[in-house]
Amino acid sequence: MSLFSFCEWLANTTWSTALHESTLGYSFIESVHVLTLCLFLGTVVMLDLRLLGWTMRRTPVSELMKQFMPWTVTGFVIMVISGLLLFSAIPVRTYQSVFFRGKLLMLVLAGINVWVFHSTVYRNLAAWDLDPVPPKRARIAGCLSLILWGGIVITGRMIAYNWFDCDRQPQPAIVNILAGCRPGQEEN
Amino acid sequence: MSLLHFFMWCENSAVGDSIRSSTWLFPVIEAVHLLGLALIGGAVLVVDLRLLRLALRRQPVAQVARDAQPWLIGSLIVMIVTGSLLFMSEAMKCYYHPAFWEKMTSLFLAIIFTFTIQRKAILSDENRLNPVWARTVAVVSLALWSGVGIGGRWIGFS
Repeated sequence: MSLFSFCEWLANTTWSTALHESTLGYSFIESVHVLTLCLFLGTVVMLDLRLLGWTMRRTPVSELMKQFMPWTVTGFVIMVISGLLLFSAIPVRTYQSVFFRGKLLMLVLAGINVWVFHSTVYRNLAAWDLDPVPPKRARIAGCLSLILWGGIVITGRMIAYNWFDCDRQPQPAIVNILAGCRPGQEEN
Repeated sequence: MSLLHFFMWCENSAVGDSIRSSTWLFPVIEAVHLLGLALIGGAVLVVDLRLLRLALRRQPVAQVARDAQPWLIGSLIVMIVTGSLLFMSEAMKCYYHPAFWEKMTSLFLAIIFTFTIQRKAILSDENRLNPVWARTVAVVSLALWSGVGIGGRWIGFS
């Protein structure tokens, strides 16, 4: 089963239709998704700023990471669950949204950035834990994280707009390719 | 000039009109407003979590607050500038939307509270700061700022 047919199948479930058509349910989940930004991204941003040496210079990086971790993880779990629920309400259109695809790509890159950080400069954290301005590789990780998460927020917000939707043809060829539009979708 | 006239003037201003008639401007300004939300959320949370002793317990309250302060003020400025632009493009909708008034009331109280009562508690001698009072201040701050965020999201639902 292709991803597209999975999305079509999901769209035809009772759950998906019910959530899509519910006024309060969908709005509530969307509000949770947006406001959890403060918890999840708020703590991520403060840590990134510390990695850049722009805030909390007297707090050891290790302490900040350890203390923020439960909050960041809680926020992330809420973000993923509410995000999946939002996706399940409008699967086909979201799957074919260029903004959604860009957001997923940046999420993967943000994950790789964390992985690279943990497998390189983080390994000798003890050596720079107390540095007011961490070493270059840590600063780069913090900077990349800020840029990627900023992009994720912006593309996430833009999913709501239908400028590049497959059922709004004609679209530039590049949009049709990136969105994976299929022939005949404009009649939907 | 009555409040209603002021809102009408905003709605009909060149700024409001250009944002309304552009496809991209409103979404882009709103996206920046969201980026500011993440930052202000972080700056408010670190201080309140510290006051609640739920994070950074080994750091002095005053130090955490002083470190977070420039980011709080910076993000607040971003929020107010982008928020005012968004407001001007749909001032009349806001005038008749209860969420807008709820948000502005919360915002007014949150700013006053943060820069007076909370600031005083934070900068006082930590050893003499009553832990119950510290927690109360944090809970009130979280409640007021949450009121701003929830109201803001609610404005979007018409």
